[in-house]
Amino acid sequence: MVLVYAESPRGQLKKAAFEAVTFGKKLAEQLGQPCAAVVLGTTQSDPGELGRYGVSRVLHVADERFDILDSQAATQALAEVARQVGATTIVMSHTSTGKTLAGRLAVRLNAGLVSGVSGVASVESDGTLVVRKSVFSGKAMAEYAIVSPVKVLSLMGNAIRLEVSGQPVSAEVLTVSAPAPRIRVRAVRTVEGRVPLPEAEIVVSAGRGMKDPSNWGIVEELAEALGATTACSRPVADSHWRPHHEHVGQTGIAIRPNLYIAIGISGAIQHLAGVNNSKVIVVINKDPEAPFFKAADYGVVGDLFEVVPRLTEAIRKFKAAQ
Amino acid sequence: MKFLVCISQTPDTTARVAFTPDGKAYDSNGVTFIMNPYDEWYALVRACELREALGGTVVALHVGPAANETTLRKALAIGADEAVRIDAEATSSAFTARQIAEYARTEAFDILFLGKETIDYNGAEVGAMVAEHLDLPYIALASKLDLEGNTAVVERDIEGGVEVVEVNLPFVVSAAKGMAEQRIPNMRGIMMARTKPLKVVPAVPVEEHVRVVKFTLPPPKAGVKLVNPEDMDELVRLLHEEAKVL
Ligand SMILES: Cc1cc2nc3c(=O)[nH]c(=O)nc-3n(C[C@H](O)[C@H](O)[C@H](O)COP(=O)(O)OP(=O)(O)OC[C@H]3O[C@@H](n4cnc5c(N)ncnc54)[C@H](O)[C@@H]3O)c2cc1C
Repeated sequence: MVLVYAESPRGQLKKAAFEAVTFGKKLAEQLGQPCAAVVLGTTQSDPGELGRYGVSRVLHVADERFDILDSQAATQALAEVARQVGATTIVMSHTSTGKTLAGRLAVRLNAGLVSGVSGVASVESDGTLVVRKSVFSGKAMAEYAIVSPVKVLSLMGNAIRLEVSGQPVSAEVLTVSAPAPRIRVRAVRTVEGRVPLPEAEIVVSAGRGMKDPSNWGIVEELAEALGATTACSRPVADSHWRPHHEHVGQTGIAIRPNLYIAIGISGAIQHLAGVNNSKVIVVINKDPEAPFFKAADYGVVGDLFEVVPRLTEAIRKFKAAQ
Repeated sequence: MKFLVCISQTPDTTARVAFTPDGKAYDSNGVTFIMNPYDEWYALVRACELREALGGTVVALHVGPAANETTLRKALAIGADEAVRIDAEATSSAFTARQIAEYARTEAFDILFLGKETIDYNGAEVGAMVAEHLDLPYIALASKLDLEGNTAVVERDIEGGVEVVEVNLPFVVSAAKGMAEQRIPNMRGIMMARTKPLKVVPAVPVEEHVRVVKFTLPPPKAGVKLVNPEDMDELVRLLHEEAKVL
C-alpha cells in the first residue's frame, strides 16, 4: 500500500497535497499496489475531494490537535496510520511541512528516505524503487535506489502535472493516539493574495538592475498582469529592498516554475542554481554579455525601465483578447 | 547554556559540477570546499550570539575525514568554543544524522542547530532525523530565534510567510536566511582557533537504505532566442504559441 500524506497547513488542502496524491496514485499503479491518502487535522474543505486526483480511499484524522505542525505528534500519527493500513511506501510534499516531517518519519519507520523527488525512474523486481531528484542546486540530476522494505519520499513542488482522474470519495474518519504537542503557535504572518513562490507557475524576478526599491512598481504590475509571484536576487534581499522570502538561488529558495522572467539580474552561477529548473526562462537585461542570456530561452537586450512596461502592456492586450 | 552546531562542508558555489566516470560519485578533483553557507552564516553565528548574551558553550560538530578539519578550525575562528569531528565520510543523511545523535546523547545540549539544507545534495533531511533519534521537538527553516528564559520563540519560514512558534528547551532547529548576519573571522579569532580543543570521535556503523545509482548533468540549453525590445507583442506570441507557457 502507498500512503500519501496530503498536507493541510492551516486547514487548507492545496496544490502541494494534490500533486502528492497524483504522484502517489501513479506510483501505486507502477508498484501494483493500492493507494490511500491521509489528512491530519480539521480542514476547511472536504478531504474526500482528494478522490479527484485518483485516490479511492481518503483517511481523515479529524482531530484539532493536528491543526498545528508538531513533528512529534504528526510522526506518531502517520506511523500509526501507516501501520493500520499496512502501508510500506509513504509519500509527502517537499514543503516546509514535509521538510519538518520526512526525516523524522523515516527514522521512526526505519525507512529509506529520498527528499525532493521529481519523478520515478524505475521499479525493480526485488522491490527496489529508483527515484530522480535534482541535486547541486539544480546543476545536476541524481538517481537514488531505495532498498529498504519501507520507503519515504517527498515530492518537489511543480515537478509533476496535476491530473484529475477520479471522483470525490467519502472520507473515512480515523482516530489515532498522539503525544501532547510541544510546539505552540503564537502567530502566522502570510502575504495575502499571491501564490507562494515554490508553488508559483509564473515568477517575475528582479535584481540590482532595478537601481532602487521605489522602482518595483513596474515589476509588480507585470506580475499582476501575468498572475505571477515576485522574486528577487540575493543582493536585493540582503539590502532589504525586498523581503528575504523572495530571495531565489543557491542560498535562497530553489524554484521550478513554467515561466521565469529575470529583470536586471546578471545571472551569477549562484542565482542560476536556484532557477535553472524552470521550464522557460526569459531574460531582460541591457548588457548583451550578461551571463544569464546563456541560460535563457528568450532574451530581450534593452533598458528594463522601457521594456518591462511595454511587456506588461502586451500581456494585458493578449489577456483581453483571450 | 550549551549549543551544538552541526557543520557540513560543500563544494564552493562556483565549483564546476562533474562526476566520476561511472557516474556514481561527485568528482572533487581540484574543487575547493567551503562550510555550508546555512551552517556558517546563520546557525553558527546565532549560536555564538546567544552564547555571548547568555554565557555557555558552542560546540561545532562535523562528520568527515581529517582533511576537513580546516572547516572546523574556521568554525572555531568564527566563535565556536570547541570542535568535534566524527571520523567518517558523511555518506548519507541517515548516516550523518545517526552520528550527530550518538554524540549529542553524551552531553546535555539546550539547542541543536543545523543549516536548513546543504547546497550540494539539498536534502533538508538531517535535522528531522536527529530530532527523532533524540526524541526532541524540531523546528525546520527558522529565520529568527530568541530565548525567553527556558522558552524559545522561533519564526519558521512557511510557504508565502512565517509562523511564530514557541518551544521549550531542549530542541533541534534548522537555520534559514535571516537568523543572523554572516561574520567574517578576524585575525584574533583565527589565532585563538589554533589552540581551541578539537576532539576526534569514532563513528558508529549504520545500515544504509539508499544507494546512489547515478548522477547526470542536464542537457545544455538550445540557445537563446533574442526578441526586439521594441516588439513585446512578439515575445508574448512566442511564449504563447511556441513555449506554450501563457
Ligand atoms: C556563497 C554565495 C551564495 C550566493 N547565493 C546567491 C543566491 O542564492 N541567489 C542570488 O541571486 N545570488 C547569490 N549570490 C550572489 C551572486 O553571486 C550575485 O552577486 C548576485 O546574484 C547578483 O545579483 P544581481 O544579478 O541582482 O546583481 P548584478 O550582478 O549587479 O546584476 C545586475 C544586472 O542588471 C543589469 N541592469 C542594470 N541596469 C539595467 C537596466 N536599466 N535595464 C536592464 N538591465 C539592467 C546589469 O546589466 C546586470 O546584469 C551568492 C554568492 C555567493 C558567494
